[in-house]
Amino acid sequence: MTATKSPPESNLNPSPDPEAKVLPSVSVRFCGDSGDGMQLTGSHFTDAVALAGNDFATAPDFPAEIRAPRGTTFGVSGYQVQFSSNEIHTPGDLVNAMVAMNPAGFKTNLEYVEPGGIVIVNEDEFNKSNFKKCGYEEGYNPLDDEVINAKYKICRVPMSRLTRESLASEDSDISVKDIDRCRNMFALGIVSWLYSREIDSTIDKLQNYFGKLKNKPEIADLNEKAIKAGYYFGETAEFFPSQYEVAPAKLKAGEYRRISGNEAIVLGLVTAATKVGKPVVYASYPITPASDVLHGLARLKQFGIRTMQAEDEIAAVMIAIGASFAGQIGVTGTSGPGLALKSEAIGLAVMMELPLVVVNVQRAGPSTGMPTKTEQSDLLQTMFGRPGECPVIVVAASSPGNCFHMAIEAVRLSMRAMCPVIFLSEGGLGNAAEPWLIPDISEIPTIDVKHAEVTEEEFLPYKRDAETGARPWAIPGTPGLEHRVGGLEKQDGTGDVSYDHENHALMTRYRAEKITKLQDVIPDLEVEGKGDTLVLGWGGTRGSILTAATMLQERGINVATAHLHYINPFPKNLGEVLGNYKKVIMPEMNTGQLRMLLRSQFLIDIEGIQNLCGRSFFVEELADSIEAILKGGAV
Amino acid sequence: MTEIALPTYKPKDFASDQDVRWCPGCGDYAVLTAMKKMAANLGVKREDFVFVSGIGCAARFPYYMDTYGAHTVHGRAPAFATGVKIANPDLEVFLISGDGDLLSIGGNHTMHALRRNININIVLLNNKIYGLTKGQYSPTSEVGKVTKSTPFGSLDEPINPITLALASGGTYVARSLDVDVKGLTPLIDRGAKHNGTSFIEVYQDCNVFNHQAWFYATQKETRLENTVLLEHGKPLIFGAESNKGIRRNGDAVEVVTLGDEFTEADLLVHDETNLSQAFTLSQLYYPDFPEPIGVFYVDGSRPSYDDQLHSQVDAVVEKNGEADLQAIITGSNTWTVE
Repeated sequence: MTATKSPPESNLNPSPDPEAKVLPSVSVRFCGDSGDGMQLTGSHFTDAVALAGNDFATAPDFPAEIRAPRGTTFGVSGYQVQFSSNEIHTPGDLVNAMVAMNPAGFKTNLEYVEPGGIVIVNEDEFNKSNFKKCGYEEGYNPLDDEVINAKYKICRVPMSRLTRESLASEDSDISVKDIDRCRNMFALGIVSWLYSREIDSTIDKLQNYFGKLKNKPEIADLNEKAIKAGYYFGETAEFFPSQYEVAPAKLKAGEYRRISGNEAIVLGLVTAATKVGKPVVYASYPITPASDVLHGLARLKQFGIRTMQAEDEIAAVMIAIGASFAGQIGVTGTSGPGLALKSEAIGLAVMMELPLVVVNVQRAGPSTGMPTKTEQSDLLQTMFGRPGECPVIVVAASSPGNCFHMAIEAVRLSMRAMCPVIFLSEGGLGNAAEPWLIPDISEIPTIDVKHAEVTEEEFLPYKRDAETGARPWAIPGTPGLEHRVGGLEKQDGTGDVSYDHENHALMTRYRAEKITKLQDVIPDLEVEGKGDTLVLGWGGTRGSILTAATMLQERGINVATAHLHYINPFPKNLGEVLGNYKKVIMPEMNTGQLRMLLRSQFLIDIEGIQNLCGRSFFVEELADSIEAILKGGAV
Repeated sequence: MTEIALPTYKPKDFASDQDVRWCPGCGDYAVLTAMKKMAANLGVKREDFVFVSGIGCAARFPYYMDTYGAHTVHGRAPAFATGVKIANPDLEVFLISGDGDLLSIGGNHTMHALRRNININIVLLNNKIYGLTKGQYSPTSEVGKVTKSTPFGSLDEPINPITLALASGGTYVARSLDVDVKGLTPLIDRGAKHNGTSFIEVYQDCNVFNHQAWFYATQKETRLENTVLLEHGKPLIFGAESNKGIRRNGDAVEVVTLGDEFTEADLLVHDETNLSQAFTLSQLYYPDFPEPIGVFYVDGSRPSYDDQLHSQVDAVVEKNGEADLQAIITGSNTWTVE
């Protein structure tokens, strides 16, 4: 084994080796200590596969601990990316290759590598002290384990030493610490070579970030040297069975960017503000995995966005409701535990009949649960978790990019019905990224909002619009429309406090009916594929379901699929669609919450497939489960 | 631009069509009267007033003012009022609620409104009891208070609203009495004109569940002996005969009788810009001391939260130029699929 200490300056635009094996899809996982820069490494690699024209999907897997003790298993941070010459929807189940920067990463992530997969380890970190930190028995080195070596192709690379040797320079006072920080770029160089992905654009970004933004050109140069050294190591080391290539995907033509679900929510809300012609007031309390929405919006003040980090979850939603009362777009964002705290206030907005958008980026619960892991287990809380008969509009996004569209929909529906919307995203969408065909903003329709005006008739704050069922929105500052709203039951029409029995029954129905009326302005449920079984999903399971359906097709099993983006109200044609199939199967990352709703409303049997692991469905497992249901159950 | 003359208002122009449903004799009536008087003369259009409240007897207040109003949820009114104010800083936002609402369930929000210095006006009607839920002790009830929920006496030390407001960074902190409409009205008026959170505690009688709790301070016969009026730049003199005063003695203060030994010149002079003195005054309790009425502390120099929020937005717009939505959507890292 040889390492090129000073890589030649030529051949920086590598074209794939003509001998490179062409694969349709590849998934790679980077893992190491949370201080090893694995998220950044994965992110750079994703940029490179995007530039190469692949479709891709990513999933970060990071610990809740910010800096757990180095070398421990609970301090391991991972980043998985699948890239493909086909359209893909998931980051992949088991990966083809993994980079493990330390034994703890190796130990906790090896189960995600396919049998026969490549595992590149930083051999220098596989020492006695690190083995101890991650709980390997004394005297045991997993790299020497025969069972492991039989199952995987283990590539032992002394990355620490090679990085130091490559970056050491006589005339510089660069510290060893700075050099060691570049090990992740050395690893990235290896993987870039292995999968024939160019490193030029990453070098540009490193130079731009460290050189220009941080004014540390010497650090930029170190990183550049490290990624090049890793790349040439891959090329010269003759370590790997082959270089691989994944051809560009046939995506719809156009300009693309990478987007995560939380970024898409930010952009969707800003777009909605523009389309409504009102500022967004976004008040939120920091909570994983929703904080990035606050961070993103806080930077966009030039759009008139007002953000507030409130003193708690309840204050955040109350500030948003206050802003809505004053005539603006009140939005708050949170995750499940925060939604629980906000529930009374959401009920207030239901009674006041004001627009409000509550973004819930769900995490695995209950209680604090697993904040960095994903789940869709807040659905019933979202539907019913408030005192009294307290319906809200519920929409759910199905992919990172779809969060953009559903955020705009949330604002639109809330304004139309004068009713809170809970917008369900998931940790698995919020942090995951995919290519996104950049929308032309001028093609997104405006959102018309009417405000009450003074007329000759007496102003009645709870007189409903015949078409929408919504009450008029009269804004403070408008002369002649002074009125009072509150949490006490309202008299139909006047909005005065009322304890009248019949009136309460009427108002309870009105508050539900105006949500049902939205069925006229939301799209019907669309079905893809044919078969007498429908696999119906909602939220972040869409990618897994579509991929599983394709996998089943390859096994000669045809199923139709459909995905619900609107949960309250359901699309108008849902009952009809359900009636068209002999069997309906619903995979969910909960114990069957939407299935319960559908069974009670439509009185049909639905078989559930439950995933309670705090991570997305493995596609193969899902396909197997669907197949098992189809084989096991008499239709 | 032509100045549009303000309509001339009378207090009754601010009365809504709703019947006032407080118990007869409740101290809240007097506060409503003072509020309408203040509103008619503040120089703000009726449609620009927003009255916000939480839950409790006092929280019914917005229903009785013919302005925009919101009766919200228990304890959270400061946050709602904050949302209204940051959405539209031109509105004149009042928050009327009680001691349970603002100091118990909503203590956190009260503290944060004060420290942010959001330009709203908080009027805390302190009756030292839970009235709406029929008579449990409140966070301002004295230790040993016997109520339905504390048949053997309450154990909790009461919280002092003025001390809390000062400690939270309040920039206008005052106290008044429900019986003193004449004194209360200008305090509210000045608070409304103050650019920042104004906080006024009102000693208010709950004549059903805690009748006479404040009588030592509010009744003609005892008021002059048991309260001291705070007037900026004037010595702290009180007593039916105006013959007593408060004097600094080392780190503490003491009550002295004016005469041969002490004269006015020996007394503490009220300085409403002096925070540490305001703390000291907030800690004077009957019966050892007269309880101060008036403005404890004012700091007009701190900018309000809403002003700062909007100037930050303006500064960013100036720096980043006109918002270009398509550019933000597109981002800086794109690729093209042919």
